[in-house]
Amino acid sequence: MQTHQYEVLVVGAGGAGLMAALYASRTAQTAVISKLYPSRSHTGTAQGGVGAALGNIEEDHPEWHTFDTVKGSDYLGDQDAIEFMCSEAVQAVYELEHMGLPFSRTEDGRIAQRPFGGHTNNVTGKPVSRACYAADRTGHMILQTLYQQAIKNNVKFYDEFQVVDLIISNGAAAGVVALEHATGEFHIFHAKAVIFATGGHGRVWEITSNAYAYTGDGIVIPMRRGLPAEDMEFFQFHPTGIYKLGILITEGVRGEGGVLINDKGERFMEKYAPKVKDLASRDVTSRAMYIEMKEGRGIGGKNYMYLDVRPESVNRYAALDGRRKPDGSPYQTTAEEILAKLPDIVDFCRTYLGVDPVTQMMPVQPTAHYTMGGIPTNKYGEVLLDEKDTVMPGFYAAGEVACVSVHGANRLGTNSLLDLIVFGKYAGLRAAAFTKEAVYQPLPADVSDFARQQFDQLRQSKGEEKVATLSQEMKAVMFDLVGIFRTGEGMQQALDKVRELRQRFEKIHLDDEGKIFNTDLLNAWELGNLLELAEVTTVCALARTESRGAHARDDYPKRDDLNWLKHSLTWKKAGEIELKYKPVKITSYQPKERVY
Amino acid sequence: MQVTLKIFRFNPEKDKKPHYATYKLEADPNDRVLDLLEQVKGYHDGTLSFRRSCAHGMCGSDAIRINGRNYLACKVLLKDLHSKHVTVEPILGLKVIKDLIVDMDPFFEHYRSVKPYFINDEPPPAQERLQSVEERERFDDTTKCILCACCTTSCPSFWANDQYVGPAAIVAAHRFIFDSRDQAGAERLRILNDQFGVYRCHTVFNCTVACPREIEITQAIGEVKKAILTGRLD
Repeated sequence: MQTHQYEVLVVGAGGAGLMAALYASRTAQTAVISKLYPSRSHTGTAQGGVGAALGNIEEDHPEWHTFDTVKGSDYLGDQDAIEFMCSEAVQAVYELEHMGLPFSRTEDGRIAQRPFGGHTNNVTGKPVSRACYAADRTGHMILQTLYQQAIKNNVKFYDEFQVVDLIISNGAAAGVVALEHATGEFHIFHAKAVIFATGGHGRVWEITSNAYAYTGDGIVIPMRRGLPAEDMEFFQFHPTGIYKLGILITEGVRGEGGVLINDKGERFMEKYAPKVKDLASRDVTSRAMYIEMKEGRGIGGKNYMYLDVRPESVNRYAALDGRRKPDGSPYQTTAEEILAKLPDIVDFCRTYLGVDPVTQMMPVQPTAHYTMGGIPTNKYGEVLLDEKDTVMPGFYAAGEVACVSVHGANRLGTNSLLDLIVFGKYAGLRAAAFTKEAVYQPLPADVSDFARQQFDQLRQSKGEEKVATLSQEMKAVMFDLVGIFRTGEGMQQALDKVRELRQRFEKIHLDDEGKIFNTDLLNAWELGNLLELAEVTTVCALARTESRGAHARDDYPKRDDLNWLKHSLTWKKAGEIELKYKPVKITSYQPKERVY
Repeated sequence: MQVTLKIFRFNPEKDKKPHYATYKLEADPNDRVLDLLEQVKGYHDGTLSFRRSCAHGMCGSDAIRINGRNYLACKVLLKDLHSKHVTVEPILGLKVIKDLIVDMDPFFEHYRSVKPYFINDEPPPAQERLQSVEERERFDDTTKCILCACCTTSCPSFWANDQYVGPAAIVAAHRFIFDSRDQAGAERLRILNDQFGVYRCHTVFNCTVACPREIEITQAIGEVKKAILTGRLD
C-alpha cells in the first residue's frame, strides 16, 4: 500500500477545490485528489453567472446583494457569512478576470452582467443586473481557468482516485484513504490539513440536473466517522430542467426576458410574484409551477410547462413590464442576440429535444439541483463539530459539500459559483496557515481497515439485488415524496422505503470481481452513500414542522420563526440518527415576510 | 424499438485480446447512446466499463467511437444514428485500459505542453482588465473546448504519430494566442512551430466533424499556422 505525504490535501477538483489548491499551494505543499479528471467536475456545467455587485450595468451594492441573499435564504442563512461572501464577491470576480477568465463584455469593455432570480435593486424592488457571465457557460470558464492556473502553478494532481475515508488522529484530520481507479489499490494520503470540496448529491432524486458523480461522498465519509451534517432537509429544485431529462436550462434565459407559460398560455408567475414575476427565487418559482401542474394547467395536462424565449415573446412581455435598457430605451432583443447570449441552451434544446428555442417554446419541469446543507463550517472553511461551533483541527470544507451557511433554506442563482471562489479561497488560505504550526499526527496502525471492510463487504455480498434497480427505486420515491412539496405522511412512506432499500442493499450482487477500473464496485459504494443521504434528508425534513425556502410542507404551510429559525445538525450514531439544532446568526436583518 | 448494440470489450485481468459482445436492447429513439450503455451495465453486465459524468455534453468524460465516428455518448441520440445497429468502441490512438476506457494521460500531457494558461506579468488594475466585445469575440470559439479528446483521437496524423500535439492542444493554444490580454502568444507559436506541432495537420477536417462543441478546429489550426508564417495576429 502506497503512502503519500502532503501538508495540505484537497479532495475534489471543481471550483472550490481548485481555488483552495491555488491558494494553499502558494505557501504549503499541496495535492489535489479527485475521482474525475479535474476538467470533468460539475462546476463546468454551471451556466448563467457568478453574482457580484460590480455595478457595471446599473447601480448596485454588496449590501443589496447581502440582503437579497438573506431574504433568498428565507432567513436561515448566517448573516455574518453572507455579508462576508457578498463583500468579498467583487474582488473575487476581478481576481478571476485577472487569471484570464473570458467574461462576456459590455460595450465599454467591462465584465458583462445580467439579471437573475431574487437579485434586486433594494430601493425599487426591481431585478438588478448582478450576474457576471461568460455567455451561458460561466461555470465552464471558471473550471477551465482555475485548472489552467493550477497547471501553471504546478499543483500536484491525483486524478481518478476515489477518496473513501477520512483519517482522524488525536481528534484532528490526518489524511485520507483513497482507491485508485486504474489499479484498484488503496493509497494512504497523510496530511496536516484536509479540505473537502467534493460537491453535492442531486443523484438522490430522479429528475436531476446533477452529474452521475454527484453522490455526496464528501458528506457521508465524515458522517461515518462521527461528524455531523447541517441543514440536510434543504435541497433546491431548479424550476427549469429539460422535461424528463432534468438537464439545466439556466435562469439566465429568464434574465434575458424569457417567461414561463402554462397550458392556457398565461404567464402565471405574475400571480405568484407580482413584482419580479419570472425572476422570483427558485423555491418560489418551482412551487408555482408545481401548483399550476397540480391544478391541471401543465402543458396538455402533463407535468411540464413552457419556457418561452422567442424574441417576439420577450419583446412583448418586456414592453408590458416597462423594462428598459441601461440607456433608458425600451428593452428589445433579437434572435441573433439570444443565440449569442445563450448558445449552449440553444444547443441542448436542439440536441435533446429537437426544439429551437428561438422559434419554439421549451418544455421544462423542476429538477433536483443543489445541496444547501452539508458539512458545517464557519466562514473560513473550518469544519464545526457541534452546536457550540467547536472547530475540528485540520479539517476544512468548501463549496457545495459545505454548509457555511450562506444559502440557508434556498440558494439564489449565481451564489453557488460565488460560494466556490470565496470559500474555496479562504479554506485554502486557512489550511495552509494551519500547517505552519501543526505537526503530522501519527497514522493509526489499522488506517485503511475501515474502508477495506466496506469494500470487502460489497465484493463478498452474495445476494441478487442490483445497483441499478435499488438506485431507480430510491430516486423515484425521493422525487415523489421528498421533493418540491412534502407531507408528513408522504415522507414517512419514503423513509420506510429508503430503509427497506438499505436492507436490500446488504444483499447486493456485483458482476465485476476485478481490480482495474471496477466501476461496478464504485457505483455500489456510491449508492450506499446516496441511500445514507436519502435517509438523513428525510429524517431531517420530517422533523421540521414548518415550510421554509425549499422545504415546503402541505401539512405545515407557514414559516414558523418562533420554533424553527434554527439550523439542524445530524449525526449518525450506531445506526441511529440524532438531531440537534443551533441558532441562526442574525446581524442586520430581522426576519420578515418574504414577498417577491 | 429494438436495437443491437455491439460493444468492444477488453478486460486486462482476464482477456488476452479484445473481443466484441452483442446485446439486444429495447430502446427509445430519443435515448442517448449513454443511456444504452447504462442499460447494459445496470441490467445485463455490470462489468462493462466506461467513463461518464454530466451526461449532457459538458464534462467530456464519455468520448467514444460510435459506428466508426467519434462522439460523446451522452450527446448523440439513437434516432440521429439512423440505424438499429450500434457499434461502440474506444477512441483511437490512446491505449485501451479496459473496455471503453483509454489512458488519457498522454492527451493531457500534450495539452500541458502548449502553456494552456493565461500569462500577463504586468500588475493587474484594481478592477477588470478592459477588453472590447470584438477582442473577446476573436477567440470565443476556442474557449468552448471541454478536453474530451474527440478531435485528437479522430486525427490520422495523431494515429500515425502520437508525438503530434494534436488538435485539442492547438485549440487550447489558440484560445490564449488570440486573447488581447495575454502576453505569451509568441512563445506558444514557437512551441507549435515544431516538427510535432501545427504542420502535422494536413487539413483532413476529421477534428472539426468530431467536435461535440462545434468548434471550427481546422480553421483555428489554420489561424495558428498563418500567425507563425506571418508573425502577425490578425
